[in-house]
Amino acid sequence: MVRTYALLMWTWTRAAAAYPASFALMTVLGVFVAAMDVGVILIIFANTTTLGGFSRDEVLFLYGTSAVAFTICDTFVSNIDRVSEHIKAGTLDTFLIRPVSAWIQLATDRFVANRLGRVLQAGAVLGYAVVALSLDWGRAWMIPVMVITGIVIFAALWTIAGAAQFVLTDAPEVVNTFTYGSSTLTQYPLSIYARDLVSGVTYVLPLAFVNWQPGLYVLGRDDPFGTPGFMRFLGPAAALVLALVAALAWRQGIRHYRSTGS
Amino acid sequence: MIELDRAGRSFKVRRNVVHAVRDLSFRVAPGEFVGYLGPNGAGKSTTIKMLCGILTPTTGSVRVAGLDPSRRRTTLARRIGVVFGQRTTLWWDLPLKDSFELIRHLYRVERADFATRLAELTETLDLGEFLRTPVRQLSLGQRMRGDLAAALLHAPDVLVLDEPTIGLDVVSKAGIRDFLQRLNTERGTTVLLTTHDLGDIERLCRRVMLIDHGQLAFDGTLDDLMATAPGQSSIEEVVTRLYTGT
Repeated sequence: MVRTYALLMWTWTRAAAAYPASFALMTVLGVFVAAMDVGVILIIFANTTTLGGFSRDEVLFLYGTSAVAFTICDTFVSNIDRVSEHIKAGTLDTFLIRPVSAWIQLATDRFVANRLGRVLQAGAVLGYAVVALSLDWGRAWMIPVMVITGIVIFAALWTIAGAAQFVLTDAPEVVNTFTYGSSTLTQYPLSIYARDLVSGVTYVLPLAFVNWQPGLYVLGRDDPFGTPGFMRFLGPAAALVLALVAALAWRQGIRHYRSTGS
Repeated sequence: MIELDRAGRSFKVRRNVVHAVRDLSFRVAPGEFVGYLGPNGAGKSTTIKMLCGILTPTTGSVRVAGLDPSRRRTTLARRIGVVFGQRTTLWWDLPLKDSFELIRHLYRVERADFATRLAELTETLDLGEFLRTPVRQLSLGQRMRGDLAAALLHAPDVLVLDEPTIGLDVVSKAGIRDFLQRLNTERGTTVLLTTHDLGDIERLCRRVMLIDHGQLAFDGTLDDLMATAPGQSSIEEVVTRLYTGT
């Protein structure tokens, strides 16, 4: 499966090399857009010392963990949202006649390596925050767990969004709100949001487990919303449940594919 | 090799239900070459898409090479070859050779088998001069030959063709027909061919099935088909009469 993925990724990279100017432009723009996210955080902290009770470096830590997971998914999974184009054009047919899962083929569909620049940028922010915060090393083991949990949660969200396209063929923008919106939401400490929203992203759509709950543990903070301590460790379980839901939704989506005339 | 038992597929279009195919039953034995005819919108493509697992039947059952296509799609993909005349399955920006190489990996074809088959296909389909050309620069005739080769590199038992000669000139058409005939007689590959080109049918198919309004309207040999309209000498006239129901 990994080999097939890598092979398809390499194929699309070579195909993209047929249009070098576009490749260069997208790389530069991608890094520029990503840098703006950090710029916003720095501008906020030029005017205040805390945001929702968190210092600048703590916010950068939360941003960094979420952004690393999100940009990895954006590079390796997000192409799945092209499924709506393929459904409308009927080109999904050609994915379905090959002996490889449609999910892998779509995740690598027109893969572009230039998004890796954003992963590096996010990694640099996280690296800076970890060093600047002089974190308790006894708790730092949670950081890789957080990143992996985040990757699984975001990948599952993209898969669910893709599966929804089989039913809502005209609404790719609506489902983008969920994927890109989730990324934006988790870039800040959840303590800046209303309690109801935070309950929603804890118990319904488990975004709080991307970086907020485990992040509180790493930072040695209590939850301002007062959730019990064991919830800091529920991330992997929440990610697994969401991944199962995503797999079922995807399967149903494929079975509901209608193709086009001719 | 192919078995449909009261298979049907309906689509909800706004509030109406459209039955693209209903209660369709037929069998195709290994080694047969069957022409699948029908007017536009009769349900030909829907049938084909059910055979390769792209569409899940809403009623009845479909089996190809002993497998249920919609449930065992990726397993079946290794045993079936599919060509859509209207749509390429090749990678647009890659040279043809690279698409083939990728197919070798995806279908896990042994390197030696692949080399032998590719050499054979390159010769019989005359692919040599454009193997290194990106697919987007190929002419329609070249692309279709490329698509045919791509569908056969894994040596499928069944080949399903959806209008493979559409838009081709007479020479390209003749080349593809010769190739398909040899594939069927020499290798014993089962072929199901849909086409609007009755020349394809006359030249290639021992058996003809005709579908209309999602149901089988005729199933028999070419001679039987001609006999349904005594006095008519051309297949065009016979088929026109069947399509229009006169």
